[in-house]
Amino acid sequence: MSENSLNYTPDTKAQRFKKQIRKLFRNKLTLLGFILVFIVIICGILAPIIAPYPGSITGVTNFGGMHLPPSMQYIFGTDEMGRDIFSRVLYGARYSLSMGVVVLTFSILIGVPLGLIAGYWGGKVNAIIMRTTDTFLAVPSIIMAMVVSAILTPNLVNTMIAVSFSWWPWITRLVQAETLKVKNEQFITASQGAGASKWRTAFGEILPNCTSIIIVKATTDMGFVILTGASLGFLGLGAQPPIPEWGNMVAEGRIYLPNMWWESIFPGLAILITVLGFNLLGDGLRDLLDVEND
Amino acid sequence: MIKYIIKRILTIIPIIIGLSLLMFLLSRFMPGDPVRLKLGPNASASQIYAMQEQLGLHKSIIIQYFNYLTGIFRGDLGMSIRTGRNVAVDIAETFPATFELVVFGVIIAAAVGIPLGVISSTRYNKWPDFVIRIFSMSGIAIPSFLLAILLQLIFGYWLGIAPIIGRGDILPLKITGLNLLDSILTGNGAAFMDGLKHIILPAVSLSIATCAQIMRITRSNMMSQLNKDYILAAKSYGLPKNIVENRYMLKNAFTSVLTIIGMEFGSLIGNAFTIETVYGWPGMAEYSIKGLMYKDYNSIISVTLVIGLLFAVINIVVDIFYSAIDPRIKIGN
Repeated sequence: MSENSLNYTPDTKAQRFKKQIRKLFRNKLTLLGFILVFIVIICGILAPIIAPYPGSITGVTNFGGMHLPPSMQYIFGTDEMGRDIFSRVLYGARYSLSMGVVVLTFSILIGVPLGLIAGYWGGKVNAIIMRTTDTFLAVPSIIMAMVVSAILTPNLVNTMIAVSFSWWPWITRLVQAETLKVKNEQFITASQGAGASKWRTAFGEILPNCTSIIIVKATTDMGFVILTGASLGFLGLGAQPPIPEWGNMVAEGRIYLPNMWWESIFPGLAILITVLGFNLLGDGLRDLLDVEND
Repeated sequence: MIKYIIKRILTIIPIIIGLSLLMFLLSRFMPGDPVRLKLGPNASASQIYAMQEQLGLHKSIIIQYFNYLTGIFRGDLGMSIRTGRNVAVDIAETFPATFELVVFGVIIAAAVGIPLGVISSTRYNKWPDFVIRIFSMSGIAIPSFLLAILLQLIFGYWLGIAPIIGRGDILPLKITGLNLLDSILTGNGAAFMDGLKHIILPAVSLSIATCAQIMRITRSNMMSQLNKDYILAAKSYGLPKNIVENRYMLKNAFTSVLTIIGMEFGSLIGNAFTIETVYGWPGMAEYSIKGLMYKDYNSIISVTLVIGLLFAVINIVVDIFYSAIDPRIKIGN
C-alpha cells in the first residue's frame, strides 16, 4: 500500500462543499447568473435603505415632477404621477422574489408528495394523480393562472395562489418520473426487506434521491414563475397598482409610449435581468448536480 | 396508422371532460355575481331573477354541468353574458387571428432556431457559438411583452417601417379567416402584403422565446451526435462536412426538436395573450381578458377548452410527424 493512500482522508463536508462551489463558478455564465440573482436579492432586501424616494411606492402624486426623463436626480425618470421609477423598481424586486418563493414553496409542498405517492404506489393511485396533472396541464400554465386569478379577484396574494395552482403539476410529473427511475434500485428493495413502511421508504429513501432534481427545477422555475407573475400583472390580472409590481408598471408606462419610453422599459429590464439570472444559475446547477436536461 | 390516430383522438375526450369539469367548478366558485355586474346597480330583483333563469343558474349545479357538457358536443357553448351572443360565434370570430399569429410565430421560430442551433453546435466554443448562445439565453428570459414594446418603439415609432396595431386594413375575401392564407387563395397581393406587414412584429415578438428554446435543443442534440460512430464512419468515407452535418446529424437530432416545438405551442399560446394586448391584435386574448373581467362564465370555460383542444391536437400531429422522420418509431404498437 502506498504512503499516499495510507494518508488519504476523505474530505470533510465543508471541504466538499467548497470544492462544489468552486466547480460551480468555474463556468463564467453561472457566475454571471449568481451575481445577477445576488444583486436582485440585495435590491429587494435593502430597498427601504437604498431607494432614494421611498414615498414613491404608494399612490402619492407629485404633479411638479411628472414624466421626467432619466437624469441624475431620477436615474430611471419619473412616471405619470411623478413617482421615482428607480425606487419603484427596487421595491418591485420584493414582490417578484416573494412571488417566486411562495409559489415554488406551495408547488413543492403539494407536488412532491403527490409525485412520490403516484410513482411509488403505482396502480390506481398513480392513474388518478397523473390524470389530474394531465387535466391541469391541458392548458398552458399562464392561462390556467389567469383564469384562477380572475376568479379569485386579481391581487398580489390571489395571483400567488393562482400561479401555484397551475405550477404544482409540473413538480408532480418530475418527481413521479424520478421515483419510477429509482423505485427498483437495490437500496429500495433493502429498505423494504428491512421492514420499512411504504411511507418510510418513499419519504426516507426515495425523496433524498430526488432532491437535486428538485433544486435544479426550483431554481430554473424561479425565473419562469416571476415571468408568469409579471405577465399576469401586465395583463391586469396580477398585483394591482399602486403596488410597484414590475409587470403592472410596464403596463402603466405603456400608455405613454413612445415619448416616455423609460416608464415601461426599466421595469421590463428588471424582469429580464432577474429571469436571466435564475436561468443561468439553474443551468449551472444542472451541470454540477448532473441532472438530465428535461 | 389510422387506427392509431383514432386512438389518440379518443384520448382527448377524457382530458376535455376533466378540463371542463375543473373550469366549471372554478367558475361557479367565483366571488361576485356576473348577472349583477352585467345589469348594473339599478337592476331590480325581478330583472336579475329573469336573467339568472335565462342562463339556467337556478338549476342544480350537476344539471348545469351536464347541460353544458352535452352542449359542447352539439357545438353550443352557451351564451356570453358580456356580448349576448353564443360563445361559439365569438370564438369562431376571434380564433383564426390567434391561430394565424401562433402558426406564423412557430414558423419563424423553427426557421431561425434550427439553423442557429446547427451553426452553434458545429462552431462549438467559437465566437458564433457564443453570440448565438447569448441571444438564446436572453431570448428565453425576456418577457414577451417587453420585447413587443421594444420592437414597437424601434420599428414602429423610431424607424417608422412597420405598422404596430391591428391585423391590416386591406382584407381578403374571407374563406378560412386566416388573412394571409385567404389572400393567397384569392390571389389578392395587396391584402397579402398588408397582412404580412402587420403580422411581422407581433409574430417576431411572440417567436423569440420559442426560437431560443428550439436553438438550445438543436444545439445540444447535435452535440450529442458529434462523437457517435456513424458520424466518424461518414467522415472517414470522406463525405463533405455539410452533408454529414445537415443530412446525418440534423436528421437524428430532429426528433427531440419536434417534441420541443410541440411543447412550445403551449407557451406560444400563453404569450399570445400579452402580445395581442400590446399590438391590439383582434384575437382570443382580448376577448378572454374582457370575459375574465366581466366574470363571463361561459366564455372563460370555452376559451380554455378551445386552447386545451388545440394543444392536444397539436401534440398528436407532432407524434404523427415523428414516425415520418424516424422510422424506428412504429406508430400503432
